[in-house]
Amino acid sequence: MDFGFCLSPSSHVKMDSVDLTTFNRLKETNPDVNTCIACGSCTATCTAGNFTEMSFRRLLLMLQRGKEDEAKKMIQRCMLCGKCTLVCPRGINIRKILLDITR
Amino acid sequence: MNSQIFHPFVLPFVLGMAFVLTYCLVGLVRVISQLPKDDRKKFWHSLVTPKTAWANIRDLFGDCLFHVKIWKRNPVLGYMHTAIAFGWFMIIVIGHVMLFTLKPLQGIEVEGLQGMFTNFYYPIFFKYFAEETPVFAFLMDFFLLMIISGILIAVVKKIHSKIVGVKRVMHFGFADSLIRFALWTIFPFRLIAEKTNIMAFWWLYSIDLLIFMCMLPFTRYMHIPTEALFILLRHAGIKVTEPRKGYALAELYSCPSCGLCIDACPMSVNDKMSGNTSAYFMKKLRNKDTEESQRIAETCLMCGKCVMICPLSIESCDIKFSQRASVPYNINSDHSYLFCHSERSEESQTNNQKPRVLYFAGCMTQLTPKIMRAMKQIMEAADEEYQFMDENGGICCGRPMMLSGKTAEAKAMVEKNTELIKKSGATKLVLSCPICYKVFKEEYHLEGIEIQHHTQYIDDLVKAGKLKLNKGDVNYVYHDPCELGRAFGVYDEPREVLENVGNLKKAKSEKELSICCGGSLGSFTLTQQERDEITANSVNDLMFNNPDEIVTACPLCLKTFARKSPVKVKDIAEVTAESL
Repeated sequence: MDFGFCLSPSSHVKMDSVDLTTFNRLKETNPDVNTCIACGSCTATCTAGNFTEMSFRRLLLMLQRGKEDEAKKMIQRCMLCGKCTLVCPRGINIRKILLDITR
Repeated sequence: MNSQIFHPFVLPFVLGMAFVLTYCLVGLVRVISQLPKDDRKKFWHSLVTPKTAWANIRDLFGDCLFHVKIWKRNPVLGYMHTAIAFGWFMIIVIGHVMLFTLKPLQGIEVEGLQGMFTNFYYPIFFKYFAEETPVFAFLMDFFLLMIISGILIAVVKKIHSKIVGVKRVMHFGFADSLIRFALWTIFPFRLIAEKTNIMAFWWLYSIDLLIFMCMLPFTRYMHIPTEALFILLRHAGIKVTEPRKGYALAELYSCPSCGLCIDACPMSVNDKMSGNTSAYFMKKLRNKDTEESQRIAETCLMCGKCVMICPLSIESCDIKFSQRASVPYNINSDHSYLFCHSERSEESQTNNQKPRVLYFAGCMTQLTPKIMRAMKQIMEAADEEYQFMDENGGICCGRPMMLSGKTAEAKAMVEKNTELIKKSGATKLVLSCPICYKVFKEEYHLEGIEIQHHTQYIDDLVKAGKLKLNKGDVNYVYHDPCELGRAFGVYDEPREVLENVGNLKKAKSEKELSICCGGSLGSFTLTQQERDEITANSVNDLMFNNPDEIVTACPLCLKTFARKSPVKVKDIAEVTAESL
């Protein structure tokens, strides 16, 4: 029966049991992810973000929460235009990080 | 056998020559068989088409023997290469002329198979077996001395390259150093042998030839035979399809590792980064060092300066693209959303009926809205019927996808944009970003629609008298964006516009020699610090004549320079709008 609303599944993340291998590997290969200040400049300029929910800031958060599959799905939207890299005030090579996550 | 016909010292040469000829023949068959079927057809066809056949002959002499392109850049190096290549070619030719004119006269002709065998080495050791006439003797000595003079320059270049105007040279391994030593000594040995007739020197001369020829296929000197094939393939209009096959293979082996691209490369600001230049890329890929060549391919800014400066015009960037594509990224790109959300980009178009001009700012220009504002001002001042294609954000032109070797995904974007452009009914498409310009020019099929970069568009408007500009007294320097200058030769239009609004100063390296700003998104892996170094170097070059402002025509260059420049950086559209 459709009530026009429903219950969403719990988004609870158990930090003790999540698998952080991807994020830890990423931190090793691209130490500059540690310098992200989550300012959102990348998200604001994102060409794909104009059409979808693509957001590098959220993507990093997902990886930190171990939601690897969701993160990889989000990367599929990327057009690799590199604007995020251009505007990053910390000089993080975001496009390279996106590519490295899927390697 | 008669000592006048044969001596054991010719054997090393005969062995070496037989080896090289066999190797080259196998290589030739391999390259041609690896070409895609259509390309092979094109190749055979080009050999008999008068136009390409003439170009072949011109370049075989001009590039392989006279090194015309090196003369233009650096006459000392030009002489060095010509002296060695042309001199060597001439002593081989004169040797054969003597063989067929003098040998019968001196009555030492040998019949049959044995005769063919003697003809093989006779021209190389002529003086030992027969008498030269004075004219031939003079010519032989002349060209031999010419070669030796070239080798002397090469020795100087090796000891201190700055004397001949080369800052950075290639670093070679043992094999390359040994074969170079063999090459350098071949000719002095021959000269001494001919003048003194000491047996030891004839042996040394022959053994040197053996070393040279046996090592040839495994070192950079393989460019000597391959170059000729490469020039023929290039004129046939064949393009790179795979990084180590067919045409690309011919290109790899044609690279002489001369290192001219090292000084030209914008990355050569320090020793570490100069290892990322095309000369090293070609060498690594030739030696099947996939890891290292992939690394360099991903680091390259793709500014195209190495291709422009290359004496053979080897398209190293194309090989880098195909190398990138051969190790694809694991993203299963999904851009279906572009087609679901199409209403969004359509609503951003203002409701102008049948505009004459369609303006596509592109993603980079969205980051520098002042260019968009200036363009609006200009088009309104010129009273143009225009329409904005992506005022509130549009679709990427597809170039970044191509840069990463994802052609299919890029194609989807191209199709979507084509649809939007055709729907607008405009007859002219104006772009602000040279990156987009390149893609729209090369990958889009927009019949009946003129594609212009805004520098060309503004120049047209000024020339048609639609824009009245007030000339000020500001000193400008113009930076040529790579993808507008080197890719399409748009050098004069922006300069003409600038001369209408102020004084134009010269940069140290201009036009086709302009240095990449360092911001190029062609590179995937350069870090911000590395990019900053490149930018600083490029700014220094532009500030050579102390201009008041740096003007460029690319939003990416604008953004990159603004970080490092001591003076104001503006886009040409801004400068024009200001002087309206």
